Formats: sequence, structure tokens, C-alpha cells
Amino acid sequence: MHDILGNALNFNMTLLLPEIILAAFAVLVVLVDMFQKELGLKPPTLPILTVLGLVVAGGASLAGIDVHNNFGLLVTIDNFTAFFRITFIAIAIVLVLGSHEYIEKHVNHVAEFYALLLLSTVGAIFMASARDLLVAYLGIEVLSFSLYIAVSLAKNDARSGEAGLKYVLLGGVASAMLLYGLSLLYGVAGSTQYGEIANALGKSTEDLRMPLLLGLTLIVAGLGFKMSAVPFHMWAPDAYEGAPMPVTSYLSVTSKGATLALFLRWFGGPLLPAIADWQWMIAIVAMLTMVVGNLVALQQTNIKRLLAYSSIAQAGFMLMAITTMSDISTSAVLVHLGGYIVTNLALFTAITHFYNRTGKEEITDFRGLSRTNPYLATVITAGLFSLAGMPLLAGFFTKFILFQAVVQGGFLWLVVVAVVGSTVSLFYYLQVIRQMYIFEPEGDTTRWGISGTGYLTTGVLLALIVFIGIQGAPLYTVADRAAYDLFPQGVVRPAASTGAAPAAAPAAPKH
Amino acid sequence: MTAADGYVLIALCLIPLGVSMLLFLVPTSQRSSVIALTGISSLAMLALSLYVFFKYAFNGEQFQGVLAWTWMQNVGLLGEKGIQFKVGVDGIGASLVLLTGVVIVPATWVTWKIQDRMKDYFILLYLVTAGVYGAFVILDLFFWFLFYEMALMPMYLLIGVWGSTRKEYGAMKLMMMLLAGSIFIFTVIFALFTHVGAGTFDMVTLLNAPKDAGFQKIFFPLLVIGCGTLGAMFPFHSWSPDGHAAAPTSVSMLHAGVLMKVGAFGVVRLGFQMMPEGGAFWAPALIVLGAGAGLYGAISALRQTDMKLLMGFSSVSHMGYVFLGLGTFNAIGWSGAVLQMTAHGWMTALFFLLIGGMYDQSHNRDIPNFSGMAKQMPIWSIFFIFASMASLGLPGLSGFIAELHIFIGTFRSYPIVGGLAVLTAAITTTYLIRILAQAFFGEMNPRWAHLQEITWMERAGALVLAIAMLALGLWPSPWIQRIAPSIINIPGITL
Repeated sequence: MHDILGNALNFNMTLLLPEIILAAFAVLVVLVDMFQKELGLKPPTLPILTVLGLVVAGGASLAGIDVHNNFGLLVTIDNFTAFFRITFIAIAIVLVLGSHEYIEKHVNHVAEFYALLLLSTVGAIFMASARDLLVAYLGIEVLSFSLYIAVSLAKNDARSGEAGLKYVLLGGVASAMLLYGLSLLYGVAGSTQYGEIANALGKSTEDLRMPLLLGLTLIVAGLGFKMSAVPFHMWAPDAYEGAPMPVTSYLSVTSKGATLALFLRWFGGPLLPAIADWQWMIAIVAMLTMVVGNLVALQQTNIKRLLAYSSIAQAGFMLMAITTMSDISTSAVLVHLGGYIVTNLALFTAITHFYNRTGKEEITDFRGLSRTNPYLATVITAGLFSLAGMPLLAGFFTKFILFQAVVQGGFLWLVVVAVVGSTVSLFYYLQVIRQMYIFEPEGDTTRWGISGTGYLTTGVLLALIVFIGIQGAPLYTVADRAAYDLFPQGVVRPAASTGAAPAAAPAAPKH
Repeated sequence: MTAADGYVLIALCLIPLGVSMLLFLVPTSQRSSVIALTGISSLAMLALSLYVFFKYAFNGEQFQGVLAWTWMQNVGLLGEKGIQFKVGVDGIGASLVLLTGVVIVPATWVTWKIQDRMKDYFILLYLVTAGVYGAFVILDLFFWFLFYEMALMPMYLLIGVWGSTRKEYGAMKLMMMLLAGSIFIFTVIFALFTHVGAGTFDMVTLLNAPKDAGFQKIFFPLLVIGCGTLGAMFPFHSWSPDGHAAAPTSVSMLHAGVLMKVGAFGVVRLGFQMMPEGGAFWAPALIVLGAGAGLYGAISALRQTDMKLLMGFSSVSHMGYVFLGLGTFNAIGWSGAVLQMTAHGWMTALFFLLIGGMYDQSHNRDIPNFSGMAKQMPIWSIFFIFASMASLGLPGLSGFIAELHIFIGTFRSYPIVGGLAVLTAAITTTYLIRILAQAFFGEMNPRWAHLQEITWMERAGALVLAIAMLALGLWPSPWIQRIAPSIINIPGITL
């Protein structure tokens, strides 16, 4: 088949198998729930079914490694896509395993919740794999709409509905800005295909610069909202606080990861020729995000809000890598994303289990946890220290590589801001650690444990935090391969010794 | 040393790290297993440290016992050598390895007194130890920084959980200031990697690579601020008295005795060895800071009544000598600086051990509250007086030989500053004689009639440190033989 321009189109459905499986299981979960009584099924059926769907889809995406193909010039299948497919699917598995008790107890409409989890994963994957602005936009909306609903699903918590409303209203505004930006970009480039846009921007003339700048500003604002970058972060703390615990976790990993993937696809591909126009914007946004995120986190008393601001600050670290767009900074930021996801999942799973037991989420409620549950206290401490970038843990290695890559790209000052921010962050992480270790528990001082799946998930995640911290080479190699596919051969690697801004060669379409 | 001796250097990093991990598996109730494990491993570390020190002999190669494993290469920003786990020591490193080995044994022994969560204490303490050893023997910037940070990370919990007087304040202040210092180190490492552009963190490559003079002049002072913070360099020292006053005994010993030397060692290794032109340019600033710190610390110590605070300020003063010695940029001042690191490390560890042994019983360390302690605790008093004599530079003890080198070096380059330094030594004598006169002699205060002599483990630990101090004081040539060739290798240094 050919499109109207005469390009050969390939509609090989097997390329999209993981997404198809996920969507099918989402429908299946809702159907099974409807007929639960008729089929005589017991409660753990739904999580088991969800995990089954995710595992099958994960297996299918393993087949996508080292495939270089595209689906109808709409979706790219390469290692970059495979990296995010596997990452997002793994996140969903961990979430279901780690917090199914919480979901059973504290979430309305359990079946719909699992279905939304699967659907949002599909949306997130399309954000990473799209090669057409419209497909990417659909991916964003599938992810966002699933999350708008999921945020408001907490049982008996007025904050949840409020959070959902706030999220949907602000999210709508952000989507509008993004769409307007994309339409301006279409006006300048004359196509929605990434490759065509890159070609057009490569030879665009001076008189198109104003609409391009306006479009870029709107795109940065729209994506900045999804990434919860300052000054578009206002929704994040409220949504994080009101949402059910696993959704908070999901917002901080998949939603952020998918937006980062989109940032990389767009700013490393179609928008790369216009680097001079957007580099300063992103640098400013990254700096503001790191500064505001870390400073406001200092005065939080609720653990979810604290982690919300900490993840805002982390978004700033990731945006630094966009500023110095190159294959070096891309692989570095993918490494950092990997470490961040593992760490945040470990933290949130541990806090979810803490909430299951105590029903509390203020920082002072963690008082004496090292006496009542030393294991959980160790997991939380390792997670917080990893986020702060302490050695032997994932955060140290990933931050080291990320910061070095940004310095390599010529932005030493941005890295200085990041390192200062990262030191400030240790102060508020230590507030939590202080409660757990220095103070004695109040009230109930009996030792308690967590469920088997809880031990399994937190144990695996803790092991991964330490493993990445000690032996990060496998993650770095994988990230490097994913980044390599994003930058077609022919892009000049920035010379290592000059410290100048990276060469902004236009990206030629690959297929 | 041969390359095979590199395995000993690796063992020095991995033994404390491994013990720390092993202790996770030991049940908290089994105190005797914890004691056995830590006792054996600390003696092993001392033995290996002695081996490294005596095996090191200068043979033309600056770094000896060099062994490297590639950890990551040809990926992302890393080139052929990339990140390696690479070990090796020069003479300065070898003498500091010995310093650590001698301090860790008594530090382990006095910790056995702790009743509350002793196992957890050792897990953290041995992480610090591993970090310190790593910082002295590792020749790759990535791992060097990893071990450097590893030595800092457990400090918050060690002081916050097991400390005394204003422990939370002291712990937080220490942690935040030291990490603020590592911001500068971070920055210098990144800039160095990018500037050299070889795609490797290998220190030897970075050391030998040509670097712009302008680059060195910009980044050398940043590094001195970063490492100087850990080295309690005036005016970045203010964490040190508060932190040491709050810390439990063995943490004070290890921190003041060894960890502060990691800071000074960082100035030598990353500063002067990597950026010699920047070092030569900024050496006068180090002279000013070092002499200022010596004087400031000594004068502040005059006013202190808390024994640990006094020792904290005394440490600031003595570390000032180290920076003064480095600032002279001549060989004799430098060997004095390196000797002073060792001498001060053992001396201050002995002080903190003794103060801790007394404080555990009296829960008071205000000097005016004490008098006539020599009658009540004679052995304790003898060790204390011994440490004081070493601190004020009595010939025959470790402090004398180090300070003599520093003073000669300073007089050679800056005679006026040399005069100031000697004045500082006089003030040091004043505050030490004051504490001795007040607390040890005169009428016995009956309030302390219940105090017991320090325990046998503490006596043994104090003896180990005292012997080491005596050895360095009476026969310093093994140290000087090892230090001098490494110093002369630094470009631009005068004799």
C-alpha cells in the first residue's frame, strides 16, 4: 500500500502486538469483573489477570528488540521503543504486585482501575513510539484521560475528587496549548511526520521564525505540564496527594517517563534543527524546576507531597539532558530515568505498605519505624538516599553519568545548580530518615511485617537499586543502544574536549 | 610493591565493606559474633595496612601496586578506558593507609562498650572505614568520589542516633556542610573529565594529560574549598567542633583522626598532583588560610570548656598546619604536612578515645568541673598527658617532627608567617597546660569519687595509638623515605 505521496506503507499488525495485547486485556478485565458472580471467581482474579496480560505483552515486546521498522509511517519500532515498552510494562507489573492489597481496600471500581492501568500503559508506549504528531497526541490523551479518572478513584477521600478535577481542568488547558503549538509547527513545516518536519525545519527561512518560536513555546509549555516542570507544576502536589497511592507512584514514573520519551523523540528528532530556538527555553525551565522543586520540598509535612516536589526536582534533572540534546546526553538521561523509576517504585511500594498498616501519611507518622519494621525502614532509607544520589545506590551512578553528560554538552552552570539542588534535597530526605531512626515509636510498638508480594516487590527493587549502584554497565549499555536508534547515523558526536554546545546536525529520516 | 600487592589494596577496601554487609545477616542478639567478626577484621586491616606501608619502596614508579579492572567502556560518553576499578598507592597514600589501620583497631575496641544496637553501629562504622580506605588507594575518579561520599553518608545516622549533646544539630550541620563541600568536588571532577576529553576517569591519565593553566587556576580553588571543607580548613571548619562534640567516641576518632585527612589528601591528589600550575598560583592563599586557621583554632580553643569542643578547635588548628605546609610548596614543608596528617590523626584519636572513656561514666566533660583527676584515674591521666605532650610538640613524639618540618618549610618561603606559626604553637601549649593544670592536678573533686579507671579495651587501644605516636616521633625516617619521592614528582615544587 502507498500513501498519497507515494511512500510505501507497511501495515504489519504484529509490530504492534504488545499494545494490542494490553488493550485486549483491559477489555477482558472489565468483562470478567462484570461476570464475576456467574463465573464464581474469587477476589485475586483481577490482579492475576492484569499481571498475566502485562507479562504476555512484555514477552511480545522482547521480540521487538533490534527490530527496525515502522507501522504505516505512524509508529516507529526500534530499540528506543523497545526500551520504553519494557520499562512501562515492568512498572505496571510492579505496581499491581506491590499494591494490590491497597487497591482492594482503598480504591473504588477495582476492575476499572486495572483496565485504566493497562490502557494508560498503551498510551505511554505510543508516546514513546510515535513518528507522527497526531499519533503522539493520541498517546498523550490516552495516558492523560486514564489518569484523570484514576486520580479520583480513592475511596472515602474528598481530596481525591478535588485532585481529579484540578488535574483534568489544568490538563485540558495544557492539551489545548500543546495542540495549538503543534498546529503552528504544522503550519511552519507542512507535515505531521517527524522526518518531514526535520527536513522542513532544516531549511526553514527567517520569516517563519516567529510562528516557529510561538509554536515551540506552546509545545514546551504543554509538555512541561505533563512533565510537571516549573512553572507548569501547580497541579502535581495536589494530584499526588489526593490520588490513591499506586496512582501517585504511576504519575511519578510512567507519566514522567512517557513525557521524557516524547521530549527525546521530538527535540532529538523533528525539532533538533531548531535547537538554537528552544535550547535556552529548556535550560531556563530546567533550572527553575530544580530550584523551585527542591526549595518547596523543604517545607512539606506530607510524604506524598514531599515526594511530589522531589519528583518535580527530578524532572528538572532530566530536562537538563534535553537542553544538551545529543546521543551522549540521551543515553545518560535514559540511565537516570531507569535508576529513578526503580528508586521511586521501591519508595512508593514501601510507603503503600506503611499506609496499609497505619492509614497515615504524614512524615511524623514514620516515627520509630526502624524499631517497628526495620526492613521497611531500610527500603525507605535506601530509596531516599538513592534519590539524593548517595553512593552504592542507583542514584549516585545515574546522576554522575547524567551530570557528566550535561557538562560535556557545555552546560556546567546548569549542573552546578543541579548539584546544589541535590544537596538541598538530602536535607528533606533526612527529615524522614530522622523520624524513622532517631526517634522512638509512639503508641503501638509491636513489630509488624508486610505481605508476601510486598516483600517480593520491595526486595527485588531494593536489590535493583543496589545492583545499578554497583554495576550500572548493563543499564548503561541498554540505554546507549536505545539512544543510538534515536539519532540516525551521521549525527556528529560532540567533540569531547571542546566543551562547546553540541553540533546540531539535522536528523535525516531513517526509513 | 608489585602489581600483585594491588590485591592487598583491594582487600583493604573490600574487607570493611564485606564485614558491613555480613553484619546484616548476624542476628542483633548475638553480640559475641559481632565482636568476633569486627575484632578479627580490624586486626586484619591493621596487618594489611602495615604490609602496604612497609612493602612500599620507591622504585621510579610513582604509583605502585596498580591493578585495574574495566568496569564500563565505550558506552555513551565513556571511551576506551572509561571507568575502571583501579587501585594503587604513592608514598603519601601508603602512609595514610597505615594511619587508618592504626586508628580502626582501637576504634573497634572501644565500640564494643555500646549496648544499644551495636550491630547497626558497626555496619555504618565499617562503611565509613571502607570509604576512607577507598579514598586513599583508588586511582579512578568515579570510584574515588564514590568511596569519598560513602565515608560521609553514614555519618548522619552515626551521630544522630548514638551521639550526645545536641546530636541532631551537630549531625545535620556536619552532613550538610560536608555535602556542600562535595558540590565543589563534583564540579571539578566533571570539568576535569570534559577538559581532558579522553573519555576516561582514570586518574593516572588525567594526571599526565596536559591542562590549560587558565583552567587550573579556575578549578584549583574550587577543589580546595570542596576538600578543605572535609579537612576542616578555616573558614569552612564550623561543622567540625559541633560535629565532633556530638559524635560518639569511635566516630570522633575515625572522623577527626582519618576522615579529615581524606580532605587534605584530596587537596594533594586532585589539587596539586592534577593541577600543579593552579596549585603554584594559589599556594600563597593556602598559606594565609593555613596560618589563619592555626591561630584562630588555637585562640578559640583557649576559650572552650567542653573537652570535646576544645579538641575540635584544636583539630582545626592542627589541620591549619597541614594546609600551611602544603602552601609552602617546598619539599620540606610538604613532608611536614603529610607527617602532620598522620601525627594529628593518631594524637586526636587518642584524645577522643580518652575523653569518651571518661564521659561514658561521668556524663560530663566541662573542664572547670574537674580537678585532681590524676589521683582518681592515673592511667587515664598518663595517656591524656602523653597525648597533650604530642599535641604541643614535645620532641620525641609525633607532633614535634611534623611541626618542625612545617616550620622550617614556612621559614624558607615566608619567614613572617613562620613566626606566626611558632606563636600558634605557643598558644597550643597554653590551652593544653591549662586543661592539665585544671583537671588533672590540685585537689580531688569528691563529686567524681565514683569514677572507675578506663576499661582494659580502652587501655589497650590507647596503648596502640601511643606506640604508633612514639614510633613516628623517635624514628620518622620510614615515613620520610616513602613520602619524599612522591612529593618531588609534583611539577614545580622547590626543594
